[in-house]
Amino acid sequence: MDQSLGLDSSQEPESADPQDAYERGHGPYQPHEPGYGLDHPGYSPYEDEIPDPQARMLAIKNAKAYLLKTSTKSGLNLYDHFANILTKILDEQPTNTVDIIENISKDVKWAQFRKKMDTLRDEHSIPPTFEAAEKYKALFVKEGGEEEPDDLEDEMGQPSLPNVMETAFYFEQAGIGLNKDESYYIFLALKNLINIRPIQTCRFWGKILGLEMNYIIAEVQLQEGEEDEDIGEEGEEVLGEGEKEGEAEEEDEQKEKEAEPPKSTYKPPPEIPKEENGTGTNKYIYFVCNEPGTPWVKLPPVTPAQIVCARKIKKFFTGRLDAPVVSFPPFPGNEANYLRAQIARISAGTHVSPTGFYQFANEDDEEDEGADTYEENPEFEPPPVAEMVESLATWAHHVKGILKQGRCVWINPSQKSEEDEDDEEEEEEEGEEQQEERGPALLTLISEDEGMKDIPAWTAQASTDLIPRYSVAILQSNRWPGAYAFASGRKFENIYFGWGHKYSPESHTPALPPPVQAEFPSGPGITETVDPTVEEEMAFKAAQEDALAETEEEEDEEGEDD
Amino acid sequence: MEAQSLPAALALVAGGGAGLSPERQAALGASLPLVQRDYRFERVWFWGCIQGVRGAYYIAEGLGPDRAAPRSRLYSLNCLDWSLLTPATKEMLALAEQVKGRFQGDPSFEYSLSEINAEAHSVYNTEVVVSITEEARLIATVELIDREVGIVPRGAFVKTPLGSVYENRHFEGLSLVEAKKLSSYFHFTEPVNLKNKTLLEKADLDPSTDFLDSLEHDIPRGSWSIQLEKGGTVVVLRSLLWLGLTFYHVPMTKQFGYVYFGTGEKNLDLPFML
Repeated sequence: MDQSLGLDSSQEPESADPQDAYERGHGPYQPHEPGYGLDHPGYSPYEDEIPDPQARMLAIKNAKAYLLKTSTKSGLNLYDHFANILTKILDEQPTNTVDIIENISKDVKWAQFRKKMDTLRDEHSIPPTFEAAEKYKALFVKEGGEEEPDDLEDEMGQPSLPNVMETAFYFEQAGIGLNKDESYYIFLALKNLINIRPIQTCRFWGKILGLEMNYIIAEVQLQEGEEDEDIGEEGEEVLGEGEKEGEAEEEDEQKEKEAEPPKSTYKPPPEIPKEENGTGTNKYIYFVCNEPGTPWVKLPPVTPAQIVCARKIKKFFTGRLDAPVVSFPPFPGNEANYLRAQIARISAGTHVSPTGFYQFANEDDEEDEGADTYEENPEFEPPPVAEMVESLATWAHHVKGILKQGRCVWINPSQKSEEDEDDEEEEEEEGEEQQEERGPALLTLISEDEGMKDIPAWTAQASTDLIPRYSVAILQSNRWPGAYAFASGRKFENIYFGWGHKYSPESHTPALPPPVQAEFPSGPGITETVDPTVEEEMAFKAAQEDALAETEEEEDEEGEDD
Repeated sequence: MEAQSLPAALALVAGGGAGLSPERQAALGASLPLVQRDYRFERVWFWGCIQGVRGAYYIAEGLGPDRAAPRSRLYSLNCLDWSLLTPATKEMLALAEQVKGRFQGDPSFEYSLSEINAEAHSVYNTEVVVSITEEARLIATVELIDREVGIVPRGAFVKTPLGSVYENRHFEGLSLVEAKKLSSYFHFTEPVNLKNKTLLEKADLDPSTDFLDSLEHDIPRGSWSIQLEKGGTVVVLRSLLWLGLTFYHVPMTKQFGYVYFGTGEKNLDLPFML
């Protein structure tokens, strides 16, 4: 083939059609070769489809113009849209693209919209995530200037920060506990609490879950002499007096107006006084917060009435301390009081320690009176872990159980009523003499705890069977699901993670309303007689007049005699 | 939760205080891939742990190509040796609902329920003593929990026109606003309420992603507690009907899952507690 001849035929007008390149390359065909005449315009095999390279170009231009046509609805055009899709696909290179192509297309459109509609600058919205992160960061601030690193000795009154991370490690061996970040935040929050308040001892009590927010609870003992009176108590007393005054005034008014109805002889049962701060159920003071970083709130002391009522109801916590507790029997207080009552019940029921770790201060005082005080036993020998798991007699309660009355130490309510000034009828003692209640003594072994039906009260396990040397004895309570205790050598700790309710094998049955009060028995003394009808009255009147007439006649007769 | 992302997922769920010890986690990390290999599952989910009085049951689920097909369940007492559980039957479910109380911890334990045969035309009121093994109760309980409170976020799974369900690889996570709404979560089981929606509601649904029941109309209302934990980075849903079921999702990411750590008892007191 003569190249020059091929070049000659390339004098034809330039076109982008790839078919032309083939035709040029083959050059002019001899008449005897197949394909002769095909390079002449008008004779290529594709004549009927695109008659004219010019027309082909036009067709391409039309197609592109159609693709570039802007949609009336959205202002996009297909050409750009395809270009964007292909760019995105080639950038990201997902697998099996053909299966998700529709979603990609949707996403590209969505992204388009966002950009074009914002003519104003986006307001930089701060999602709550960052606020919370700020709070956590604030926990990490180290207090400056006051610490003396040389002073490592424990002085009197130096508050002891519990080693939350160590406790968390031991509980983690059993699969219990929060994740490490949250434990550390709680650690720092407790340190803050100790710096703010005059605290002697402090302990991480546990976490109670709620519907909207959770509670993190710290059990503290304030330094002696530093306890501030609860303002709430005084307020309650003021209220009570105000109410009584109001009632007296009303009674006076009534006396003036009409004969007063008979006074009711109902005396409400005397209120059982709450235990003093520092003893019994109020031995410790509890601070709660919703999340580490939020301020700690002190819970009010618990009253026996609240404990008695809390035993009868079962309600979820919402997470807000001022939320009302709507229940029957009506709970005297709001969620803060209910929380405090549940904490008291859980502490009394599930706080245990290895037997012998605590001993009584005075050996003689094992009665109720002096049994609040215990101290660490310096001669305590921790039994091996295997023994702690095998026998429940190696554990003992170190918190006094709560009696049915709602207190740890029984008090006779009728004694209290004699001192009450408002009672006018002191002599009548309502009801029977209540029997003195005795609860279990302070350091009872947990093997004495009764189970429910066939479920024992406690389940003991070792944290690992594979490495018995370093295993930890773990105790789970079945009466209060969520209460755990561990012991390893001299170290032990109790903790609670849960919803704050007791376990009952039967469903919770709410208290029934009291029976309908009986009416006053009807007798002849108060039964109304039927009013006499008109005829009866007339007959009576006639009879009376007759009687009068008779007596007059008699008198007249007598008079006449004289 | 996915077996591969177990450690991270457990850290997110730990707000409730329940989790796994390092020994168990390590054992799961070793045994679950083997389960996947032996049973040829495409996915293995660690379902959770039911705490009995004397021991605990660890449950895992295996999924095949169709994620919505009935899942195979396995249980183990020590996270190492897994035994396959038979699928739940209606009789098992009916019997298990009558059993009250905690699991014992021994799979061969027999609960004896006395059913009073109250048919009208039987002359004697026969007391038939039916017994159910703990293993059957376990099967039924896991099935019930999955059916009633096993949830996934909206858009995480897509249904193909052929009916099979796959994970939506295009799922980028719910936004923070959507994540706080109950309607963005679905029960991952056969839908019950879907047919009852009005035509107007159905018109807005996307049949590829909205093929399950949402949580909005769960009875009783308020039986889910939604919380933002860890400073708002994780959305945690806790069921109040089955105490112990926790679902987590990190908004704007693909991480989600649910796990059960509890005693395996339904909370029938829920209406009183709300």
